[in-house]
Amino acid sequence: MIIDHPLLGPRDAQEFTYLGDASLINRPDWQCENALSEFHDYLYLRDNPAGEHRELWYHEQGDRSWLVVTRNTVTHEILSVELAHDVAKAVTAGRSAK
Amino acid sequence: MHNLKAITPLRGVTPRLDHIGTISITEVVDQALASVAARKGQSAVMQQALADHIGLHLPEPGHAVIAAPFGAIWMGPDQWMITAPHDSHELLASEVKEIAGRSASVVEQTDGWCRFDVAGVGLCDLFERLSNAPVRTMAPGSAIRTTMEHLGVFLWRLADDHMAILAPRSAAGSLHHGLVAAARSIA
Repeated sequence: MIIDHPLLGPRDAQEFTYLGDASLINRPDWQCENALSEFHDYLYLRDNPAGEHRELWYHEQGDRSWLVVTRNTVTHEILSVELAHDVAKAVTAGRSAK
Repeated sequence: MHNLKAITPLRGVTPRLDHIGTISITEVVDQALASVAARKGQSAVMQQALADHIGLHLPEPGHAVIAAPFGAIWMGPDQWMITAPHDSHELLASEVKEIAGRSASVVEQTDGWCRFDVAGVGLCDLFERLSNAPVRTMAPGSAIRTTMEHLGVFLWRLADDHMAILAPRSAAGSLHHGLVAAARSIA
């Protein structure tokens, strides 16, 4: 499998490690009123799609950046790769715009 | 304390040099290293400071530059490794910190790494036996971090027939074994 790194171009999957669902970026606010149930859902509830899946990968044997990879879990086709940094920033910007 | 004897990463008194077929493998011990990581939002300030003071224009992702006596390798987003001759820049980290000030965090790296320079026409044949890096398409001036002999290493293409490898110093022996074995297999 080859991951097309946004900064470095196509790199061998051996250089990466997998963390899990990209929704882990959206950590709930620990001070909100229903923090307990929010964290329960954050920690335990995951979709398990046969198809497109957004997931976090770490370029450990490379530039040490976190990536959000959209991958088809059936075919292993990689549809898009973004820097997790940019994704998280966009989420924060979206939140403060509300 | 003043009589300690310096040894090379391969535990020699003098740097090791191997000639195998067309390939030469040189243990390089005369370079000081310091890593520099820009603090949040300060990357442009830091890059400008280094350019102004020592004429070092930090390279783009996947690249390295030389602005003698300094060199720099891109390590990751907003992070670079800077090299300079050890004899004249033993305190490289302090030197860089003084220039970058509060715009960056600088860490002394000299003794954390070993460096081997591999030269010869069969360079690509050797490296494609050791790593998945696309060595044949790496132009001079490119530098990437990848794995070789199960080690995380930097490969820095200095010229068509010249590659520098930076690897963890404590694993210098393993890396050297891998390089020599691969060189023998293509000799």
